[in-house]
Amino acid sequence: MPDAVVETSGLRKQFGSKRAVDDLSLSVRAGEVFGFLGPNGAGKTTSLKMLLGLIEPTAGGGRVLGAPLGNRQARARLGFLPEHFRFQDWLTGREMLSFHGRLHGIPRARLEARIETLLARVDLLDAAGQKLREYSKGMLQRIGLAQALLNEPALVFLDEPTSGLDPIGRLLVRDIICELRERGTAVFLNSHLLGEVEATCDRVVFVKQGRTVHELSLAEAPATMEVELKLGECGADTLAALARLGRDLKRVNGVVWLSIEGEHVLPEIARLLVARGVPLYGMRAARKSLETWFLEVMGEDQRPG
Amino acid sequence: MTPMPGLLTITHLTLKETVRRRVLLAALVCGLAFLVLFSLGFRMIQHENHGQGAMQVIERHMFLSFVTLAGLYAVNFLTLMTAALVPVDTLSGEIGSGVMQTLASKPIRRTEILLGKWLGHWIVVVGYFAFMAGGVLLVTRWLGGFTPPNLRLGLPLMLLEATIFLTLSIAGGTRFSTVTNAVTVVGLYGLAFIGSWMEQIGTMASNDAARYVGTVASLIIPSEAMWQLAAHHMQPPIMRDLGVTPFSPVSVPSGAMVAWAGGYVVVVLLAAVRTFRRRPL
Repeated sequence: MPDAVVETSGLRKQFGSKRAVDDLSLSVRAGEVFGFLGPNGAGKTTSLKMLLGLIEPTAGGGRVLGAPLGNRQARARLGFLPEHFRFQDWLTGREMLSFHGRLHGIPRARLEARIETLLARVDLLDAAGQKLREYSKGMLQRIGLAQALLNEPALVFLDEPTSGLDPIGRLLVRDIICELRERGTAVFLNSHLLGEVEATCDRVVFVKQGRTVHELSLAEAPATMEVELKLGECGADTLAALARLGRDLKRVNGVVWLSIEGEHVLPEIARLLVARGVPLYGMRAARKSLETWFLEVMGEDQRPG
Repeated sequence: MTPMPGLLTITHLTLKETVRRRVLLAALVCGLAFLVLFSLGFRMIQHENHGQGAMQVIERHMFLSFVTLAGLYAVNFLTLMTAALVPVDTLSGEIGSGVMQTLASKPIRRTEILLGKWLGHWIVVVGYFAFMAGGVLLVTRWLGGFTPPNLRLGLPLMLLEATIFLTLSIAGGTRFSTVTNAVTVVGLYGLAFIGSWMEQIGTMASNDAARYVGTVASLIIPSEAMWQLAAHHMQPPIMRDLGVTPFSPVSVPSGAMVAWAGGYVVVVLLAAVRTFRRRPL
């Protein structure tokens, strides 16, 4: 893929007898917001660390921004916010950003201006002189996000960026991700908050036991819908007829759930029920959520995390 | 060689950390307390031994030399502990807490991170040693009018000993947890101490086995041999020849042992760099 910012092929990581990542092959395009989803222990963080060069793959390989994994020149164009952002808590927020900026080799004048811009963007100008040990968890996440953006990166890795944030903080992160996309910066988002992923990502992949098991373009996702029907007396033959209009029919206490291909099936359902004289007390349809996708792909025994 | 701008940034951060976390302040306050105690004790003992006559002048000289070496021995121990324990969590702590992930994802070599931390802590150790050894030497000079001979040889050897422990502590942090690293480094100090004494006693008692074990221990950890050689140089010839104090080594370490110690620092540092570069973070 010519415009890929991340490309991996058969990436594998083994810790002793445990295979954390197994044959991971994925591609992230320039400028897209990419969601990396999976349950706890699926190998998401290990994969991300391999992409950043923090751990060596056991087998397989990949390229980030056109360079081999861990390449120093490529790292100069990356941003990274770890899941549990920690830094020397005896530094102030401004000092911490200055230190990271110097590691990027950003000239002093440009760095100072960039720090002020980012502090304002993450709403921490007032707290910039406080030591990090005095920051709340949400403030640490926001200052961590600022350090990930210091070098105006071409690709940003965000590992659970909204962890510990209140709703306003989450909105702020969501806005920043949208701004990054508008500027053409690719975002690699690892989050267990599926609503957030759904709202920000262009494309997601699902990983399970270290393997990519499904890929979904959210913009082009099938128009599959979930229908909830509140019915009166209803025979088995009617339920069988309903089941033929969709799939995964379930009935609990008079409420029927059915997956359908799209909105065009809804009038057919209504016609069928009226034709058979089944009392219809309620009908609600919604597009299939990412959570539903997740549970379908992973199986009911898995939960995102 | 490619320049390493990140190294100096890390060194600067390390120095700032020792100041901000008040590590240096605590070490200096305790060091100052030691110097005050030393000067009081020195003054009182010296006052009682202030004699006249040729014999008494020689005795006084030997006494001053002994007390000065005792003071420097304490400084040596405190500097070793500072060198070993101050950096004990600088790598392992940051790896364990996840701080290192953010750091290592920047466009900086891991070699720069490790060497930057080593250099920062070495500067701290040099400063601490200069303060402590300088304090002891000033006290003995001002209150007793005595300066040990060959300080130009002795003091660098003491600093080399501290550098060995600093390097071992940094190297341990690339592989072990903080607690394991601390236990290992203090254990190595014990090994060096006992090994050196076994070598001395073996030489004195003409026991080749004890001397051999001691020599092997000194090769494994050549730190105490540096103190023995430093103490040998920093006392008057008459005291070396008489061997009347515990600071007069019977078996004097050779120049080859100094070269071994210097090479030891370089090899341990290179091994640390290699381990840290391969370490999963």
